[in-house]
Amino acid sequence: MVAVDRTSAAERPRGTLDRVPPAYWVVGVLLLVLPAFVSPFILFQIMGWSFVLGLIALSLTFLGGYGGMVSLAQMTFAGLAGYLVAIFGDSAVDTISQGWPWWAVIPLALILTVLFATLVGWLAVRTEGIYTIVITLAIAAAFFYFTRQNYDIFNGFQGFNSVLPPHLFGVDWRGGVAFYYLSLFWAAAGYFLVLYLARAPFGLALQGVRDNPRRMAALGYNVTAHRVAAYALAGLIAGVGGILLTWQSSQISPGTIAIGPAIDILVIAVVGGLRHPIGAFIGALIYVLLKIFAVDVLVALGLSGERFQLLIGLGFLVIVFFSPDGILGLWDKLRASMRRDPLTGRDRSDLP
Amino acid sequence: MNAAPAARQAADFALELRDVSKRFGSLEALAGIEMRVGPGERRAVLGSNGAGKTTLFNCITGDFAPTTGAIRFFGEDVTAFPAQERIRRGLRRTYQISLLFAGLSVIDNVYIACRGVSRGRFSFRRVRRSDALMQTAEDLVRMVHLDDAMQTKVSDLSYGQQRQLEIAMALSGAPRFILFDEPAAGLSPTERADLVALLTGLPGHVGFIIIEHDMDVALRVADRVTMMHNGRIFKEGRPAEIEDDPEVQALYLGGGHA
Ligand SMILES: Nc1ncnc2c1ncn2[C@@H]1O[C@H](COP(=O)(O)OP(=O)(O)O)[C@@H](O)[C@H]1O
Ligand SMILES: [Mg+2]
Repeated sequence: MVAVDRTSAAERPRGTLDRVPPAYWVVGVLLLVLPAFVSPFILFQIMGWSFVLGLIALSLTFLGGYGGMVSLAQMTFAGLAGYLVAIFGDSAVDTISQGWPWWAVIPLALILTVLFATLVGWLAVRTEGIYTIVITLAIAAAFFYFTRQNYDIFNGFQGFNSVLPPHLFGVDWRGGVAFYYLSLFWAAAGYFLVLYLARAPFGLALQGVRDNPRRMAALGYNVTAHRVAAYALAGLIAGVGGILLTWQSSQISPGTIAIGPAIDILVIAVVGGLRHPIGAFIGALIYVLLKIFAVDVLVALGLSGERFQLLIGLGFLVIVFFSPDGILGLWDKLRASMRRDPLTGRDRSDLP
Repeated sequence: MNAAPAARQAADFALELRDVSKRFGSLEALAGIEMRVGPGERRAVLGSNGAGKTTLFNCITGDFAPTTGAIRFFGEDVTAFPAQERIRRGLRRTYQISLLFAGLSVIDNVYIACRGVSRGRFSFRRVRRSDALMQTAEDLVRMVHLDDAMQTKVSDLSYGQQRQLEIAMALSGAPRFILFDEPAAGLSPTERADLVALLTGLPGHVGFIIIEHDMDVALRVADRVTMMHNGRIFKEGRPAEIEDDPEVQALYLGGGHA
C-alpha cells in the first residue's frame, strides 16, 4: 500500500503529502510496526476506530472535496451496510438474522448499499449547496426513525448485537492486533483509491463538475451521471467503513446512525480538511482522542464530562473560522510562515 | 466525431442563421438575424456593448434557445440540439467571462476539454503523461504559449493567461468551427500579436467568428466583417469596405463604443 505512483506524484504537485513521497514510507512503516509498541486498547479503540471513522469520512471527502457535494447521508450508507450484515449474517437476534455465510453476506450488503447510495445521489444531485445538505439530512433522519420503529427487519431501537467478523484463517478479527491491521488495510485501500481516481478521467471530470458544472455540460459531459456515479462510489467506501464499524462495536442500532453521528462525520471531514484524503483520517484521530480522553480531562478540571460535545463543537467553530481548509490548511499556513523570513516577511526560497 | 458525413460534404455553409431572434422578457436582444458563414471562413462581428453579440454566440452554441429562427451547422438543422450535441459536431467557443475550472491546473483544464469529445469520460484508469490525449492537451497548451504554466492552478493565472487557456480549450478535439468571444480583451500588445498569429495560423478548414472591439485585431484576421447594433445586423462586407463606410465610422469609430 505504500507503492504510490511516484512519477505522477512528482509530475503534478498538489496535496501536502504528495509532494513529499518519503513521508509515505515513514508513515507506512510506522503504522505497520506500531502493534509492537502499544497496547491492544490503543490499537483497537483508538487506531482501529480512527481508521474506520476516517474511512466513512473519506467517502464525504471524496464527494465534497472532489465533487463539491456535501452529503449528510454517509453515516446512513455505513449504517445500512452494517445492518445488512447483521440481517443476512449472524447476530444474537436469531429470529431475524439469516445466518448466511460471510462470502455471500458481505458482497450482498455492499451491493445493496451502493444501490441505495445511487438512489439517494439521484435525488440529491438535483439540488445545489445547502439544499443538498438538507435533502441528505432528511434521508438520514428518515432512515433513523424507520430503523427505530421497524421491528420486523431492523429490530427497532435495540438493533442487533453480537455482530462479529467471520473467523477467517482462524484469526479472531476483533482481537486488538488483528482488527488494527484489518482496519488499516481498508483505510489505506480507500485512501489510495481516492488518490488514484483523482487523476483518472472520472475523477478529473468530477473536479471539473465541482468547479463549473455549466462548462462541463458545454464540453460534452453528462454532469448528472458523473455526480450520481460519485455517490455510488462514496456509498461503497462508506459501506466498507460501516461493516468494520459494526464489527468493532459488535452491534448496530439506530443510535449508530442518528443525526448526531451523521453530523460527526461532517465535522471529522471538515476539521481534517476536505482538500486531501488524508484529512479524513487526521480528523477522525482527533475526534476519537477527544471522545476518549476529553471526558477525563474535563472531570480532572472539575467540569462535567458532558461538556465533551461542547468541546468538539467549539473546536469545530475555531477551525472553520481560522482555516476553512481544516487542519491541512493550518499545516500549509504554518509551513508558509516558516519559510518566510521573520524580519523582512519575504519568502526565503525566493532569496539567492 | 460522429457528425453525419453526408451533411459534412454537402454543406454550402458552415453556419447558417435564418431569422434568429432572442427576447429576454421585453428586451429584444436579437432581432431577425440572417447570417451565412462559409466553411473555413473567418468572420469578425463588431458592435457596441449590449449589441447582442454574446447572445448570438449563446444561441449558436445552444447555451440559450433562440426565441424564433433556425440554425444550421454544416447543413444540419441543430436548432433543437443541446450544447453537447453541437460540440460533438465540431462546434467550439470561448467565453467572454471566465468559465474555467479554477481548482485544476492548466493542463488538466485542457485535458478535460479534450476528453469531453472523446470516449472514456467515466474511465477509472489513471491518466499518464504518455497517453495520446494528454499529449494532445500538452501540444495545445504549448500552442497558446502557456508551457511555463502547464501545472499552474487556474486560480493562480493572470487574466491574460486565462484568456489564452480559453483558446486552448476551444481548439481541443478537432474543431470545425470556433466562436471567439472577445479573446483579445485585457491582453498586452505582445499577447495580442501572438493571438493574431495563432488565429491566422489555424488550419485552413477551421472557420471562426470572432467578436472583437479591437479593430486592428478584427480586420487583420477576418475575411468578412458583420456589424451589429441593438440586436440587428446593419452592415456586412469585406474589412476594407467596412473600414471606409461612413455609417460605420459614425456609429462605431465615432465614439459610443466600449
Ligand atoms: N441571460 C440574460 N438575461 C437577460 N438579459 C440578457 C441576458 N444576456 C444578455 N442580456 C441582454 O441582452 C443584450 C445583449 O447582450 P450581449 O449579447 O451580452 O451583448 P454584447 O455581447 O454585444 O455586449 C443586453 O442588453 C443584455 O443586458
Ligand atoms: Mg459580449
